[in-house]
Amino acid sequence: MDAILLQILNGLDKGSAYALIALGLTLIFGTLGVVNFAHGALFMIGAFCAVTMQRILGLSFSQVDPTKTDFLGNPLKVQVPYVESWFGPEVGGAIIDWSVPIAIVMAIPVMIALGFAMERGLIKHFYKRPHADQILVTFGLAIVLQEIVKYFFGANPIQTGAPDMFAGSFDFGVLMGFDPNVIIYPYWRMVYFLFALVIIGGVFAFLQFTTFGMVVRAGMADRETVGLLGIDIDRRFTIMFGLAAAVAGLAGVMYTPILSPNYHMGMDFLVLSFVVVVVGGMGSLPGAVLAGFLLGILQSFASMNEIKSIIPGIDQVIIYLIAIVILLTRPRGLMGRKGVMED
Amino acid sequence: MFGLSSKDTRFLLIVVFLTLATPILLQPFPEGSSLAQFNAGYPDLMQKFAIFGIFAIGFNILFGLTGYLSFGHAAFLGVGSYTVVWMYKLLGYNVLPGLVLAVIVSALFALLIGFISLRRSGIYFSILTLAFAQMSYNLAYSVLTPITNGETGLQVYSNDPQILMGENSPTSPHLFGIVMRESTQFEVGGWLFTLNNGYYFCAVIAILAFYLSLRIFRSPFGMMLRAIKTNQTRMNYTGLNSRPYTLAAFVISGMYAGLAGGLLAAMDPLAGAERMQWTASGEVVLMTILGGAGTLMGPVLGAGFIKYFENIFSKINDGVLHAWFAFLPDGLEDLVVALIHPFVGKGWHLTLGILFMLVVIFLPGGLVEGGQRIARLFRSKKTKTAGPGGRNRDHQPKPAPHVAE
Amino acid sequence: MGILEVKGVNKRFGGLQALGDVNLSVAENTVHAIIGPNGAGKSTLLNCLVGKLIPDTGSVMFDGQSVLGRKPHEINQMGISRVFQTPEIFGDLTVLENVLIPCFAKRDGAFRMHAFETVAHERDIVAKATQMLDDVNMADKKDMHAASLSRGDKRRLEMAMCLVQEPKLLLLDEPTAGMARADTNNTIDLLREIKEKRDITMAIIEHDMHVVFSLADRITVLAQGTPLVEDIPEKIKGHPKVQEAYLGQAHG
Repeated sequence: MDAILLQILNGLDKGSAYALIALGLTLIFGTLGVVNFAHGALFMIGAFCAVTMQRILGLSFSQVDPTKTDFLGNPLKVQVPYVESWFGPEVGGAIIDWSVPIAIVMAIPVMIALGFAMERGLIKHFYKRPHADQILVTFGLAIVLQEIVKYFFGANPIQTGAPDMFAGSFDFGVLMGFDPNVIIYPYWRMVYFLFALVIIGGVFAFLQFTTFGMVVRAGMADRETVGLLGIDIDRRFTIMFGLAAAVAGLAGVMYTPILSPNYHMGMDFLVLSFVVVVVGGMGSLPGAVLAGFLLGILQSFASMNEIKSIIPGIDQVIIYLIAIVILLTRPRGLMGRKGVMED
Repeated sequence: MFGLSSKDTRFLLIVVFLTLATPILLQPFPEGSSLAQFNAGYPDLMQKFAIFGIFAIGFNILFGLTGYLSFGHAAFLGVGSYTVVWMYKLLGYNVLPGLVLAVIVSALFALLIGFISLRRSGIYFSILTLAFAQMSYNLAYSVLTPITNGETGLQVYSNDPQILMGENSPTSPHLFGIVMRESTQFEVGGWLFTLNNGYYFCAVIAILAFYLSLRIFRSPFGMMLRAIKTNQTRMNYTGLNSRPYTLAAFVISGMYAGLAGGLLAAMDPLAGAERMQWTASGEVVLMTILGGAGTLMGPVLGAGFIKYFENIFSKINDGVLHAWFAFLPDGLEDLVVALIHPFVGKGWHLTLGILFMLVVIFLPGGLVEGGQRIARLFRSKKTKTAGPGGRNRDHQPKPAPHVAE
Repeated sequence: MGILEVKGVNKRFGGLQALGDVNLSVAENTVHAIIGPNGAGKSTLLNCLVGKLIPDTGSVMFDGQSVLGRKPHEINQMGISRVFQTPEIFGDLTVLENVLIPCFAKRDGAFRMHAFETVAHERDIVAKATQMLDDVNMADKKDMHAASLSRGDKRRLEMAMCLVQEPKLLLLDEPTAGMARADTNNTIDLLREIKEKRDITMAIIEHDMHVVFSLADRITVLAQGTPLVEDIPEKIKGHPKVQEAYLGQAHG
């Protein structure tokens, strides 16, 4: 029982990331009909927004610290971050400590702008082209984006910590009456899960309760008819692309304390997210979210030693196996509508 | 000749000539000159040209003709490599048994994956192949370690059986005593040419592979594959079952990939799981599209182009750039170097990505189409002066234009 | 006994009875038209004949064999060719290649691994295809890209692709739908020419009365998924039930 609970918890954070990326992919596919292979790169760029924010907040100048000397007895120069000198060490230190959550403020406009630029500059011209062309051009774009990031940030993973407040782990086991230290769960992962829920809830609420969202949903169901009503559906779809980019970016920002970002993390997540989208059902938003969490949790179950000893290597292939079975038996996925790219 | 039209025969002969003369043609700059680093006539790189040429030719039979975009062909590349190294370990360093078996094993593997994946089309097919390749890659890294030797990669150890190894057998890959890594070098003037056994072995196989693909392109079978790409509905209502056609194309391209993977191990007796990763599958997609999917020569050009980039372009560092632009005033020189810097050396992937996007957006027929457009520009200028009807046409049915050269 | 025998075919989509107890017999070497107002079940019936849909009950026999449960390519191999509402051709291929493919399908069956033969060397087949293009007055366009043809030529090409297989039954799905009057008349002429020159059985699904009365030997009127009457054109024209079905549809 405790082991099962632990695995569910372990699967949640990865599942959250899958769900958020898959949500964006599905939004783009559902609205624009485009298969976006560059979506993983957006996740990665979000993560590097956090890195950038950390560096900006960490910008510092040299100052002679009269209280300290080096080993030769000379006065020691220390690096003092600007924020600390402006707001004092207490507040400044806290700001630096909170650089990852603060990066959200920067990531939202950056990602939306990037999403708009991508859609208007490139994707727009591929609506009428075959899906293979869309895959290819966004695949090319993904390479370009990750190489640009590599140019500025190098090839090595960059550690980006969570605020100290969330550094430890929470002992779930005690809460539920198990022995201590059986089910422990890092605070930040919990934060990430809650954050993902908020974002997912926000996107659904936006689509469900705003006029804008209603039009978009109608457009997803039947683009031509909505177009005939004289509604400029294209402009709304562009905005949805920006939104999808922002969701991927935020997923990336908050994931940095869990996985130190590197330039190719986007591709790694993209492949799995596509599998998630397919399992959930191409074009189904609830399907994407459900499949994201489901696969995340299944993956962590499969990596349990008890299961690995029965079927060796299952942890490595479980997601792909599920995808293959689903594609062959139920091509529209768990919750996909009938007829969406089904043949 | 060879069952080809006169035009195709001429085309094939040109390809044969270019392939055999590669070690000379790719050494245009004398040794020691500042441009010598652009010479590509060294064995390691030329072998890659031939091997990845084969890989791309095979991929093109699937993607170029039927339009099914596989993102998992690297799996067959890896299988081919592993098979050959295993044959080294069990039998000995003669490459022939390994290569034959590599083609057979990858064909069976492709039959299995293709049979399942081809039940779907479009993006679903792409994702199915991707899933299979990633599974193979993950398994090669983990549970299959006894077969693949995991992260270390599969290689020959001194305690391997190698039952066919004689007293005097070469201790590196060879074909009946012709050792792959051996070369003959000769110097003419300041030019140094390397004729490498391994390269010529790959080159001969590549020519055969090219000839086969040429025959397939001109065959009724090839025509059926192109028909599948254009209109599957009509295909089915014309009494043709598209599934076995696509499966046959998938298996053939898988065999090409297995052969290419086998040759990689024939040149360098190693096999690692990274060869199966999906980025490697992506690379062959890049090659085929960049050169021109659906054209005969395109994939080979694309493969050559990318491998040249990877090996030569990546060597241009700031020092080289400064040397080139030394004639400029200092400030300008630094500026120019700074501007070019992100695109060369380690940044060559960036250039490749941009180039690939440009090709997909503006030149769906790839470099071949680009070449044809330029040629047409010249030709239209010429025909204006020479008058119409200057070109001779074959009597055979004209293939759709992009399938020609 | 007709070459095509449809007996007691029913097909429901959810609560909608698309076809109700359809009986139909198409005699050899006749042109049999199936007409009816929109939503009468014409397309559903056609799809049951070509293997795209499977009826809930009933039988569809062609040339003494059941077509039910067979795939489109198998049904074609039995000798049924189909012309679509919008011409389905191989756009990326040349006009000649478009006609070559059905020739190969007829000779070699649903699949053959002819990877080492050369199209150009199959002289008989190339000659046959060229002759066919000549018959439909398209010989001069044989090297053109099929996608670049005019709509009328595409229809003509599709017809050639079907005829070259010498089908026992040619199914035409609203061959003049969406066409201008002039194009419609051209198509009628083409079909009439085919009918006169070849011994062929045709089943035409059609909305346009003009087309039907110009070509058909027998007409079945379908309304709300059930055959209303079946007779020769002269009798159909003044039939009160037909007028009711059509006028009722148009004005009700």
